[in-house]
Amino acid sequence: MKYVALVYSNPGAFEALSQTERDELMSEADAYLKEFTESGELLGGGAALADPSTGKTVRVRDGVPAITDGPFAEAKEQLAGYYLLDTESLERATEIVTRDPAARFWAVEVRPIMDMAGPEM
Amino acid sequence: MTTQAARGAEDLLRQLAPQVLGVLVRRYGNFDLAEEAVQEALLAAVLQWPDQGVPDNPRGWLITVASRRLADEMRSEQARRRREERAAAQVPSDEFVAPPPGDERRPSREDDTLTLLFLSSHPSLSPASQLALTLRAVGGLTTAEIARAFLVPESTIAQRISRAKQSIKASGIPFSLPPEPERAARLQVVLHVLYLIFNEGYTASTGPDLQRSELTAEAIRLTREVRRLLPDDGEVTGLLALMLLTDARRAARTRADGSLVPLAEQDRKLWNRGYIEEGLALITDALGRAPLGPYQLQAAIAAVHDEAARAEDTDWPQILALYALLERISPNPMVTLNHAVALAMVRGPHAGLELLRRLDGNGRISGHHRLDAVRAHLLEMAGDRAAARESYRSAARRTTSLPERRYLEARAARLATPANCRSTARRST
Repeated sequence: MKYVALVYSNPGAFEALSQTERDELMSEADAYLKEFTESGELLGGGAALADPSTGKTVRVRDGVPAITDGPFAEAKEQLAGYYLLDTESLERATEIVTRDPAARFWAVEVRPIMDMAGPEM
Repeated sequence: MTTQAARGAEDLLRQLAPQVLGVLVRRYGNFDLAEEAVQEALLAAVLQWPDQGVPDNPRGWLITVASRRLADEMRSEQARRRREERAAAQVPSDEFVAPPPGDERRPSREDDTLTLLFLSSHPSLSPASQLALTLRAVGGLTTAEIARAFLVPESTIAQRISRAKQSIKASGIPFSLPPEPERAARLQVVLHVLYLIFNEGYTASTGPDLQRSELTAEAIRLTREVRRLLPDDGEVTGLLALMLLTDARRAARTRADGSLVPLAEQDRKLWNRGYIEEGLALITDALGRAPLGPYQLQAAIAAVHDEAARAEDTDWPQILALYALLERISPNPMVTLNHAVALAMVRGPHAGLELLRRLDGNGRISGHHRLDAVRAHLLEMAGDRAAARESYRSAARRTTSLPERRYLEARAARLATPANCRSTARRST
């Protein structure tokens, strides 16, 4: 099953960490990515996202586009990055994500990705 | 080379791949490097044969090319080892030596294919690695082809294969058939891997996933090969029959837009008669002489469905009896779900719903969308539209299949209008 891991954090949260914490986070994150890429469970194609303030939100109503600055949701925690997993089960995916240092500092949501395949009905 | 000739050459390569790998592993004892070398030889064949023609002895050609590559690899590997001051003496020297011609212990080509299947589905490997290694080492597919079929990056499949080979190397699993006492259990794992490969391809819908359906063909091809090697095993024959009798419905089970067509609504003229006849002959033969097993029973159930000219001609009492047997020899919640549907078709929806209640406390399935979907269907049969709609919606929220979600949402929407505006609901499972 394929899952997306969505990393949520407060904008500026990384900055708020001490230098030691930042270094630790970065090296742990590298080791984490390496370990589960090698196990064949973490897929390529993930990305870190720029600060929400650098983005735009687009809505088209009655054919009229309205483009506003910043994120769509007013939430305190914003999407900061994502990556894809392909594992035996949701349990295994959450077990892997438990090792993500981002989960220790912030929160990582694991969501199944819809499959185009369909069972025999 | 014509397309047909190219197809023939490809089939030939696929069949020779495990035989060539078997020879190399026996001769040089290094599964990891031998597997790489065979892949390179297959690639060389794909590039050269169309221009130069298929050699007179294609198997010999592949063995020669692969051996040459392997020898190069092993030389550089040994040089590397010497540099690291780790002597190649770690490897028992007789593993590098080919057994003399006519050696009694020398296994046949057939044994090699079977040995590779057992090795690729070794229980110490993760299921994902078992699938990838089986397709590559036994099926002769490239890493890129496997990656496309599983919709993951090529590097991920490469990792899974390389990890599988490391595990095999580290655990010192010998290149030989498993000893007799464990062979039956190990064969079950081989069959399960083939079944998973089949399912991965079968559940794929049309359109962008078309390449995945090649997995179905590959699973059938490999299972045919296993049956050729173990013709007396009822479960091997049962699995092949199950695949054919299921795949026979492929063209009818999805519409052009990828939406799902339930069995009861399929256009049966689209079913593959050749597969149905072959599957029926296989399952009849197996049931007549082999001990009963779950694949044979599932094949028998598929056969009863496939034999009905119209959905309403389906022999549900026979299906019910087969599910009762299946539940006895191989109980699991998915079997109970299907058993409940059969029971509802024979004794009415309330009998089916009663059976479903047994699953409510079962942690393996209580939150599973299929339980909700079957319950919704039986509630609809019973005429309880409001409860049916609620169950369809609950199932739609829980499924991770997009076509299935659309199907379940449509069923729920249909129940939103009063009953007298609609014809009687048709069964769907």
